[in-house]
Order: sequence, then C-alpha cells, then structure tokens
Amino acid sequence: MISLAGRDIMHSWGKFVFTGAGLGLLIGVTLSMAGIYRGMVDDAKVLLGNSGADLWVVQKDTLGPYAEPSSIYDDTWRGIRGMPGVARTANVTYLTMQVRQGERDVRAMISGVTAGEPGTPGWPSYLVAGRQITRGHYEAVADVAAGFKLGERIGIRRNSYTVVGLTRRMVSSSGDPMVFIPLKDAQEAQFLKDNDAILQQRRRAAVNPAFNRPGVPGLLDAVIASQSTNPYVNAVLVQVASGHDAEEVAASIRRWKRLTVYTSGQMEEILVGKLIATSAKQIGMFLVILSIVSAAIVAFIIYTLTLGKIREIAVLKLIGTRNRTIAGLIMQQAVALGMIGFVVGKITATLVMAPIFPKYVLLEPLDSVKGFVAVVVICVISSIIAIRAALKVDPAEAIGG
Amino acid sequence: MTGAGIRIEGLRKRYGSGDTAVDALKQVDMQVFPGEVVGLIGPSGSGKSTLLKCLGAVIEPTAGRMILDDEVIYDDGWKVKDLRALRRDSIGFIFQAPYLISFLDVTDNIALLPMLAGKPNAEARGQALDLLKALDVEHRAKAMPPQLSGGEQQRVAIARGLVNRPPVILADEPTAPLDSERALAVIRILNEMARRYETAIIVVTHDEKIIPTFKRIYHIRDGVTYEEAGQGLEF
Repeated sequence: MISLAGRDIMHSWGKFVFTGAGLGLLIGVTLSMAGIYRGMVDDAKVLLGNSGADLWVVQKDTLGPYAEPSSIYDDTWRGIRGMPGVARTANVTYLTMQVRQGERDVRAMISGVTAGEPGTPGWPSYLVAGRQITRGHYEAVADVAAGFKLGERIGIRRNSYTVVGLTRRMVSSSGDPMVFIPLKDAQEAQFLKDNDAILQQRRRAAVNPAFNRPGVPGLLDAVIASQSTNPYVNAVLVQVASGHDAEEVAASIRRWKRLTVYTSGQMEEILVGKLIATSAKQIGMFLVILSIVSAAIVAFIIYTLTLGKIREIAVLKLIGTRNRTIAGLIMQQAVALGMIGFVVGKITATLVMAPIFPKYVLLEPLDSVKGFVAVVVICVISSIIAIRAALKVDPAEAIGG
Repeated sequence: MTGAGIRIEGLRKRYGSGDTAVDALKQVDMQVFPGEVVGLIGPSGSGKSTLLKCLGAVIEPTAGRMILDDEVIYDDGWKVKDLRALRRDSIGFIFQAPYLISFLDVTDNIALLPMLAGKPNAEARGQALDLLKALDVEHRAKAMPPQLSGGEQQRVAIARGLVNRPPVILADEPTAPLDSERALAVIRILNEMARRYETAIIVVTHDEKIIPTFKRIYHIRDGVTYEEAGQGLEF
C-alpha cells in the first residue's frame, strides 16, 4: 500500500515546506526558551563550580553572597581556617557593576580574590590566554564574554586595571561576565565614595566634638582612617580537607562561628531554586504558551488542508478506504509538518538564535529529544480535529444530487 | 464476470418519520445483466441520487431486496457486514466529475483500489496499466490528474471503476461535462468495457445526447421506476 500522506506531501511539498518552516521558527523560539533556562541553570552551576569552594561562609541568616547581600569581617577566615576539616579558606567579594573600557562600558561581576596561587578558592580555575593576577593591585583577569583583550586598560570606579588574563565561561548567575581583581581593590571598589563625599565625611567628623577632642591628639585621624577603609568581605570560601564531610564541617562552623554556611548543594538550591526561580517560571509560562500556539497553528493548518480535500476524502471513503487509512493520512501529515518544523526549529535555535542571543543558550540533546517528542505529540493531538472532520465526511458527498 | 448482474426488487427509501417523512423511493424494481449498459433517467427530485446511494451501499434502504451477482446484499436489512469492502470489491463508481485523487498519478489513482483490497503494489499497478491500455490512455500513466484533458480524466475514472472487476458499476452522469463527441466516446467505452469485463453498468443521466444509445432505460419518477426499451443506436 502506498503512503497517501507521503504522496500528498510530495505533491504539494512547497506548501508543506513553507508552512513547516513557519512552524519551525516558532519551534525554534520554543527550543531557545528552553535553552535559555538551561543556560541560566548552567551559569549558576558554572559560578559555583568556578569558585572552587566546598562551603560558602556568609553573614548569619542571609542567603549571600549571590542571592542576598552578605558582609563579614575580612579576618573571619583565620578562625575558620583553624577548624578541623578545613583545608583552605579565602575571602571573596562580588559586585555587579558597569566596567568601563575606553568609550564603552560592560556589565560585569567584579570578583575580589585573595592573593595566592592557582587553585585558591575564588580564583579563575583556568585561563584561555595570559596569566593569573600576580600583583596586589590594578591587575584583572576577565572573561572573554566581556570583550576585553589582553593588555587593555579597564576602569573600575576610580582605578584602572590592566587585563593580564582571559577566562571562558566565568559568568554570574545572571550571565554577566566575571572580572577578577585583587581583593583589596575589590573591597575598596565596593565602598569607595566620591571625593566630595569623602571631604564631606571628613568635615563632619572634624566638627563633631566627640571625634575631635582637643586633649586627645590623633583621635580624629584614627576616626577618619577607619571611615575610609573597608574591613568587610562578602563571603569566605572554604575547601574541605579530603576525608572530611562538607556537611559536618559546615555544621561545625555554624555552631562555633555563628555564621551561616552553605554547602555546594545548598548554594545550588539557592541559585536555581530562588535566584532564577522567577525567570524559570516566566520561561516555563512562555514554553506553555508557545506550545499551545504551536498546537493551535498545526491544528488550524491540518484542519484547513483537510477541508481542502473533503471531496477526495468522500471519494476515498466511497471506494472503500478504511477510516484508519484516512486518519493515518491526516495524522502522518500533521507529524510530517511537525518534523519539518522541528528540523527548521532546531537549525534556527542552534545556528541563528543561540549565537546571537545575549544570554547563554544551552541546547541540550535530551531537551531536543523531549522537544521532538512534544512536537510529535502536539501534532498528533492537533490532528484530531481534522480527523474528526474527515471521518464525519459522508461518502455520499461524492455522489451528486 | 459470469454472475447475474444486479437485481432490485421493491426497493423503498423513506427519510424522516411521522408527519415529516418523505418517501424518496417508493417502488424500485430493476435488473441489469452482466455486459449490459442501462440508462436511469428522471427529472430532478425523482429519486435518482437516492437510488444510486442505496445501490452504492452508501445509505440504507428502508425496505426491499438487492441481489448482487447472485448474492443477496439487502433484504429489509443489510446482509453483508462490511459495506466498505462491498463498495471496494463489488461496486464501481464513476462520477459526474472524475474526482481523481489530485496527489496520486494516473496509475496510482487506479491502482489504489486493488491496493486497498490488499493486492501488492506491483500487481495493482499492473492491473491499472492494463486498463489504461484498454482505454487508450497508457501514455498518460505517470501524469498527474490536472495534466489530463477532461476526456482523459473521465477515462481514468472509468478505469478506476473497473479495476477491481466489480459485477456492477454505477455511473453518475458521467458525460455531463463533456461535449457530444466525447460523451458518445465515453458511452462507447462503457459499452465496450461492460462487454469485455461482463459488468452491469447503470448510467444515471439526463444527457439527451446519450439517451438514444441505451437499449434499455429505467425511468424514475416520484420514487417509482418504469422500464422502457431504448433505441440502442449504434454510434
């Protein structure tokens, strides 16, 4: 038995291909939406993975340092370092801001990392060009996504930094490229006021009789010095010694330091479950809406195509074609339309949308498989209306009168 | 085909019930023998289409008897379970317009029926090509329906009606869209095919051009059939 659906498609392939291509663009958007969600989750995981930490020690009762502000003294790491099961600790700061480079500026997450060596928590785990930061000030390692080049000067607040190294896939949970600078510079950048504000602060301190006592020399200078330094970091990153359980070490730090500690699993839960939850829901809604729209389009197209063949269907029924053959004809056409659409959509998502989309779009093979199955199911369901219409056709319609 | 053609006895068809009931067919008696082409003539609303639908097992009569090739297919109720298979295997249809399947080529338009009946594609296509040859349109075997002339399309439609060697063919105004010459050509072909394949052919028509060619004519008026001898003009 010949494939009636195949013959019909081959007969009017132009109509099918163009309709499928139109549907494919919609499917491409749907796949891209799924890819954007995957990209957000991957960004979050990459952020955690690249930090090189097993534990995040943050201000008590906060979800810091990524989801909420967190501020702890920059000497907290010493006490943590001495606790059992702790191999390495490192202060870290995070600040998302505009980084200037010449006439342009780039939104980036500035990460202040402690002096150390590759492998120190918070350091970029690998470079694609250049070297790591070796000086205490004014050097930066930037993600290639920021568009900076080696040797370029970038401006962060009032200071200029030389890009000495480039990384890849070092991004914040929002997808902003990361720029690593020395911790002291980052601490300064976090709290640095403009000159007018500093002058005003000094003037206020000078006129305050409590800070400017005639009989206490050096008090005012001490107050001003304390006001212009920042002894805080956002978190202490901890690497757990081998043979120790991260959860047990975390419990110990919580108990003795009265700080909040997150394991990597908990931090992932915060990032994925809380930080990008709203975005994920929005994307999920878009996926549902796009699926419904796709289904409606397929249903409409197939229904229209079927109505255009009512007389032929009547003839087919009259000459003894079984209902299941006619249903198969329509369903196969719907699935074929979906398959054309899926191929076009996959190509569009992979070659057009993902490269130009401003966020990282991660198109996972399993998502494509799920998408394909969903497209086939949607097409099958969408064809039901047309099948019902076809099965209602009276074979007598082929006979005049 | 060596059967007995088709015989209809006291066929009736009523639409609706009670006060709104309409008797479309009141008393239909017909017999068409193998190899014979008879005309079924009547004015609009006389019951021609209803009769054709009953004979084509598309709608169920209300009462009567239909015997197809010595098999009772209707006797105050259908006697065959699979009407679809009955239509496919035992009744050929030729329509006013050819109604060829637009997305199948000429050969497959004809071969589709034997394929539906379960014959292998090659065998079905072989049958189709034989008929195309007999009808002198074999050179159009690979053409798509819109590429054919009206006369060629009608010949392909005739081939489709014949391909399963049905004992009866119902032709619903097969010459309506054709000019005199082509209309007579179609009737000539139908007569030839009826003889060659021992098929009983009922031609529903009110085409004045072809009425004189029938040797026997059934008139239908107000749901009742009357038999009349035709002129049976040679052409």
